[in-house]
Amino acid sequence: MFFLDHAWLVPLIPAVSFVVILLFGKRMPKQGSEVGVAALGASFVLACGAVVQWIQRVGDLEEGEGAGHALAAFGQSVGRLGAEAHGGPFVEPVVHHATWFSWGGVELGVGTQIDGLAVMMMFVVTTISLLVHVYSLEYMRDDRRFTHYYAALSLFSASMLLLVVADNTLQLLVGWELVGLCSFMLIGHWWEEQPNSNAALKAFLTTRTGDIGLLCGVIMTFFLVERATGEGSFNILQVNEAALSGDVGHTLLLWTAAALLLGIIGKSGQFPLHTWLPDAMAGPTPVSALIHAATMVVAGVYLGARLFPVFYEGFSIADGGVNVMALVGGITVLVGASLAFVQHDIKKVLAYSTISQLGYMVMGLGVGAWIAAVFHLFTHAFFKANLFLGAGSVSHSGSHHSFDMVRDMGGLRKHMPQTFITFLVGTAALTGFPLLAGFFSKDEILASADNNDFQFFFWVGMIGAVMTAAYMVRAIYYVFFGEYRGGDHAPAAHGNGDDLVEHHLADDQEAHGHGDAAHAGPHESPGLITVPLWILTFFSAFAGYLLAPMFHIEKFTEWVEPTGAPFFPALSHPEFEWSKALIAIAAAAIGYALAYLFYWRRAYAQDLAQRNALARAGKTLLVNKYYLDDLYEGVVVGGTKGPVARAAYWVNQHVIDNVLNLAGRGAMSAGRFTYNIVDQRVVDGAVNGLAVGTGDAGGAVRKIQTGRLQRYALLLVLSVGAFSAWLWIYTN
Amino acid sequence: MLLNQFLLLGAVLFCIGVYGVLVRRNSVLVLMSIELMLAAVNINLVAFSAYHDNVAGQAFALFVLTIAAAEVGVGLAIVLLIYRNLRSADLDDVDVLKG
Repeated sequence: MFFLDHAWLVPLIPAVSFVVILLFGKRMPKQGSEVGVAALGASFVLACGAVVQWIQRVGDLEEGEGAGHALAAFGQSVGRLGAEAHGGPFVEPVVHHATWFSWGGVELGVGTQIDGLAVMMMFVVTTISLLVHVYSLEYMRDDRRFTHYYAALSLFSASMLLLVVADNTLQLLVGWELVGLCSFMLIGHWWEEQPNSNAALKAFLTTRTGDIGLLCGVIMTFFLVERATGEGSFNILQVNEAALSGDVGHTLLLWTAAALLLGIIGKSGQFPLHTWLPDAMAGPTPVSALIHAATMVVAGVYLGARLFPVFYEGFSIADGGVNVMALVGGITVLVGASLAFVQHDIKKVLAYSTISQLGYMVMGLGVGAWIAAVFHLFTHAFFKANLFLGAGSVSHSGSHHSFDMVRDMGGLRKHMPQTFITFLVGTAALTGFPLLAGFFSKDEILASADNNDFQFFFWVGMIGAVMTAAYMVRAIYYVFFGEYRGGDHAPAAHGNGDDLVEHHLADDQEAHGHGDAAHAGPHESPGLITVPLWILTFFSAFAGYLLAPMFHIEKFTEWVEPTGAPFFPALSHPEFEWSKALIAIAAAAIGYALAYLFYWRRAYAQDLAQRNALARAGKTLLVNKYYLDDLYEGVVVGGTKGPVARAAYWVNQHVIDNVLNLAGRGAMSAGRFTYNIVDQRVVDGAVNGLAVGTGDAGGAVRKIQTGRLQRYALLLVLSVGAFSAWLWIYTN
Repeated sequence: MLLNQFLLLGAVLFCIGVYGVLVRRNSVLVLMSIELMLAAVNINLVAFSAYHDNVAGQAFALFVLTIAAAEVGVGLAIVLLIYRNLRSADLDDVDVLKG
């Protein structure tokens, strides 16, 4: 089990690569990018090895069952903690742990906990990250901070992998914060322009708001274990077991779950803290792909999946109905999808789409569809990375680095056939086109919602599916159909505030032949860009077949879900029903049809926003993003800033000034006293006295200083005589 | 052999030297008196050397003679300079260090 036991190498290699690139990257022939690609390649190989060995391990358990003997490597939950439901053997996670330091009897450590979930995430993160590294070779060519870009990319992957393999919540927190830091660095990669640097700050500060919750939650997990076993620990398995043990009061569980949920809301862009995600599009496109597919935002969902028992018990998910987690996810699905309709920027469409899809995942966790949420995370990573990289390809080669699909794109399917097909497959997968990845994973979430008595969220998900299909078809229409609109104007000429135009700096454009003269028209991107697209397209199309109840395939559940383990609740899985699948297919079809009729046929409701006051109000609301940004910046930030500033001014005027004046006056009188008494009398007196005394003594002694040699000699002889006499008397 | 007589001779010579240094005005004579004191020391060294049957003392006496020669060289040079500056070799006139 080499790969499972040595999973620590997977995050370590990119971390080392980060240091190497940072220190030596600029002197390398390819400016450090080769180190990044090689490191991620090595991590990818290790992750694949881990996947293979984990599948073997699961297989061994089943054989062991068949042979009727329990294998030593597997756990056997023997009715401990009175959990009758958890019977039978389960696949024990491979845990390795080293003490970092222990303090007052509490041991804090680093370690790896490798189970199906971690292995799955390792595979996703290393695959996407490797492809993004390769893609960036072309996309970021001749960038001003190419080396730093690769260093940050490596650290980003390393932090996410550290978070994934963590065996305790504290290590998870460290990885979590590092991921946030890296996203800050990468979103603000082109920080010379104010909006980019603002976006980076916004991302950092908004997620930080959620991190307060996470920090509280992590601390509470420690006491959760203490409550259950008498000895506190951050160990994830123990936390989960404690949450399910029934020895912990529900109040503590509820607050822990709520605090952790706040962390998820911040990190995974859930309503109402989702506003940073669209702004994060200011970063380079490959980074957006990485953030949205594999690293930053899925960290929140991963946390939810990792500590699922805490949420399960804390929010009483087993009871059905409505709970906070499902509600947050459900609202996010609809908010994200509705905002995607009014965006002109293709990356922002994808960003809101991500928010919406993350909403599905959190909702999935909230309705107890653990495996479905994790599976959706898995498939979403591939098709969202595919779509983002496709959008990057369009902007890189088709629209002069602009992302405004309404103004600068259109008709690109003829010019960029490969990008078009891959983007189309990604879209189909995202919108739940039958038999592609998103179809299976989204259906699984919705079927579970219905199965677990969350009918309300089943319909929320269906409405979301209609909207998803519609806004993605809208994006396809603007980008690939119609007439090409990006012909004449130079890219920098139209930066009207909200639009994102990635300015590769002017000198770069010259350097790699992207001056306007060099490619007047849109063309297909080179192989470094299209090959990653095709790989991701392959996964977008076929990843869904790991969990397709329609065909009785449940491999993914078997490999990833720790069924029967004492640290995991017993969840029921929905039976496949044609009725629900048909509803889902119908939802997607309605979405497609609505968008097709609206954009191609101009069949209905054209210019509705001009004619109907209600529709106009709705559109304004959407364009202004439900006024959430105004709420945060105007009311929250402004409201805090004003009173704080006034209070600070008052304190300044009345308290600090008085103190200063008092101190000044005191210092003045003290100074006067010092001058008159101490300086004039004591110090001067002492100095003068010393001088006079020295002068007098000198005057007295100078009399023997005659300058006559023989007088000196006489004194010498007399002295010697006197000493001799004294010695003689003394010794006798 | 009587050590006392040599030591007595040395002491007498030394006292004459000290007396000369303290009393004589002429700087050349002061230098000569210093030579007398050195000679007294030499007598002591040789006397003890013979008494203890150890040649080290006589070797030291040779060194003292050499150093004395050098010392007289330096001393006479100083006397010459004093004479050149003051037109006198009288030690009573040399009191520029008077405080």
